[in-house]
Amino acid sequence: MLLSLEPRGQQSRAMLLLSPLLAGALTLISGALLFAALGNPPLETLYTLLIMPISDMYGVTELAIKALPILLCALGLALAFRARIWNIGAEGQLLVGALAGSAVAIQLIDVESRWALVLVFAAGVAAGTAWAGLAAWLRTRFNANEILTTIMLNYIALNLLQYFIYGPLKDPAGYGFPQSAMFGDASRLPILFEGTRLHVGVFFALLALVAIWVLVQRSFFGFQVKVLGLDRRAARFVGFREKRLVWLALMVSGALAGLAGVCEVSGPIGQLIPQVSPGYGYAAITVAFLGRLNPVGILFASLLMALLYLGGEMAQMTLNLPLALTGLFQGMLLFFLLACDVLILYRLRVKLPWQRQFVATPVAKGA
Amino acid sequence: MPDISSPPPRLELRGITKRYPGCLANDRIDLSVARGEIRALLGENGAGKSTLMKIIFGAAAADAGELRWEGQPVTVRDPSQARELGIGMVFQHFSLFETLTVAENVALALGPAAGDPRQLVPRIREVSKRYGMALDPERRVHALSVGERQRVEIVRCLMQDIKLLILDEPTSVLTPPEVDELFVTLRKLAAEGVSILFISHKLGEVRALCHSATVLRAGRVTGHCDPREQSDLALAQLMVGDAEGLEARYPKRSGDKVFLDLSQLSWRNPDPFATSLHDIDLTVRAGEIVGIAGVAGNGQDELMALLSGEECLPLQAARIITLGGQAVANLPPDARRRLGLAMVPAERLGHAAVPSLSLADNALLSGFQQGLVRHGMIQRGKVSAFARRIIERFEVKTPDMHTSARSLSGGNLQKFILGREILQNPKLLIAAHPTWGVDVGAAAAIHRALIELRDAGAAILVISEDLDELFQISDRIGALCGGRLSPLKATAKTQTSEVGRWMTGQFDTAANAADAAPTSTTY
Repeated sequence: MLLSLEPRGQQSRAMLLLSPLLAGALTLISGALLFAALGNPPLETLYTLLIMPISDMYGVTELAIKALPILLCALGLALAFRARIWNIGAEGQLLVGALAGSAVAIQLIDVESRWALVLVFAAGVAAGTAWAGLAAWLRTRFNANEILTTIMLNYIALNLLQYFIYGPLKDPAGYGFPQSAMFGDASRLPILFEGTRLHVGVFFALLALVAIWVLVQRSFFGFQVKVLGLDRRAARFVGFREKRLVWLALMVSGALAGLAGVCEVSGPIGQLIPQVSPGYGYAAITVAFLGRLNPVGILFASLLMALLYLGGEMAQMTLNLPLALTGLFQGMLLFFLLACDVLILYRLRVKLPWQRQFVATPVAKGA
Repeated sequence: MPDISSPPPRLELRGITKRYPGCLANDRIDLSVARGEIRALLGENGAGKSTLMKIIFGAAAADAGELRWEGQPVTVRDPSQARELGIGMVFQHFSLFETLTVAENVALALGPAAGDPRQLVPRIREVSKRYGMALDPERRVHALSVGERQRVEIVRCLMQDIKLLILDEPTSVLTPPEVDELFVTLRKLAAEGVSILFISHKLGEVRALCHSATVLRAGRVTGHCDPREQSDLALAQLMVGDAEGLEARYPKRSGDKVFLDLSQLSWRNPDPFATSLHDIDLTVRAGEIVGIAGVAGNGQDELMALLSGEECLPLQAARIITLGGQAVANLPPDARRRLGLAMVPAERLGHAAVPSLSLADNALLSGFQQGLVRHGMIQRGKVSAFARRIIERFEVKTPDMHTSARSLSGGNLQKFILGREILQNPKLLIAAHPTWGVDVGAAAAIHRALIELRDAGAAILVISEDLDELFQISDRIGALCGGRLSPLKATAKTQTSEVGRWMTGQFDTAANAADAAPTSTTY
């Protein structure tokens, strides 16, 4: 190896906080270079991608709608990630939330009471919780790695969703399209402003934001989760219950993802379709890290991620750029963030080939 | 001009400097070792001893300075070159493969040139016999005691043409009789002309063994001397600058009502290479300090885990451990803490404290049952007040309570952890190696705090490898060996030699006497 990383003696707090901004700037610069290479005017393209979508009020409300599911998922993930429980399953938890909510909503199409909405949401949140609970059970009972189980549960959730859309939940009057019937009005989230699609789901998101902030920053539960993530042995030493914490962290995570799913179907979409989520649950992973697992940071990160989704569509429509652009920008953002973090924590040393490497030997204690 | 009558020293260091990010580990160090000389390298933990040894052994490179080997300047690039020169090193933590035999381990270290393990067997026998180190080359390492494993490491060095042997704190893992045996071997080697660098912070051993000493403090040489002519106090002052409380004597107490009671505790360790506990009977009274001696790895960690609640026994065995008469062996740590238990585990970072968390958060870590949490919410004001009290009462040197635990020195962090436990007003405090790697000043402060807590009526159990410390502070003493506990005796009525014998397993327990019919159940 020619390059080696040496831990820096002192870590700069300011740099750690600045790292997401630095990553954002680097993403923009590389994006501009990329556009230039593709023959598109870089500044204009960036404008289309990042500013045009939110240049009017309608655009801003669309941004909020897009950010909502990402924010909900990422908040839950942040809690689990703090305990080093790598829940990659927000996508699946979101999908089963949407599926269960829709299954209830379709039974209640003709009900006019607002209780219908409550039932729909209860079903969605419960399904998301249970889906994450499966991973928690596999982890605490069989010590199965939650990264693998949650990823696999994502595929199961997706196939379940498709089975129901093509089967029992398909709209009989829908000309065979793979979609459910439209929900009854009572099962739809009320619109906040006339002429937009902004719905009361944003209040759920704000509520969740405050709740997670309190949980993470102020509650003893959040402290236990953090200690569990940093140092399992110290957590055991003082009697924190690892299994209970794993269950709770995963279930809160799943509940919020389920809420995100049911918000989508009873909010802007209004029915169950196969494309409930363009990968919100995966984007939330990036968002959770981009926001430094801090609820406020996550709020900004989810808005940025939503902007990339909207901008990607805008660029596709007006500039004929491929939609893969969104994924590309997401990827670059995460890549630069991780790279910035590594370089802030470690110093890069270049070892010249003529310098011989030292053989690793056991390091004695008490140096 | 080289003088014929006095040949150049075997090893000479001039102005060795090594800087690590954020710390100057070695600052212009001069050191020389003559042929056949046993030189001590004395210093507290963190003084730079191990860094210097790694530079000599080629495991680290110096930033500046010169290294001369038998008068010739050399650069030791890596350990294999060091071995070619005739430098051997025995690390504090052994690098042996437990599932292989002694001969196989030696063969692995020497490389293919030395021949296969079977050919090495007679040579290993010969070397171990010549230097008085009993060792069976065909035994597997996992079945060897710690002392025997160390012999494997030394024999491995002696199999080559050795000129300089470096030993890093070799006695910290040995019982007193094993230490004596090791010293016999080392003297014999020195008499044959081998130079020895003996790293230690134990003054008594250095005086007993070494011809000369170089003392390091905070990366610098603070003195060269003949340890046989210096008092403990003078050496300690060179090592730490301030030796207050080094010789303190504390009155002994006999204690009051029994608070901790272990009866016939047997526990089978799921790890086949680790120690299981057998028939341990132990009581600790309110107002006394009970000391448990023993070489690490004889069941101390297991006993600590069973006492703290990190390992629990099944419900039907709950009465095997009682606190103030209440059965607790099946209870988790927080429940035991509610009954008045406080613990100071051996490892400060990563067990007693979370390295990256602030001192305030680390105060909350074990103190959360002291009214610092209400309705599930952390009472930040109270946590800060608690942390501030710890820092003030126990004179923890830190910029503030928001400093991470990792950035404190060992002694300061230990004072903080001990303070955190003591300020919870425990009825029983259990501390493992409370002054390990702590400077003399902090160690004295820790001892005073323990005595004060005892005099306030708490029961205290101290598990330590440091016999001097145990004799200094404990009222009754016993030793662990192979997962068995010796009988406990009043410290005033026993001697180091007797406890030393216990440490090697020479004691009768009731269970040994009633050997044929084991009465207790193993969990």
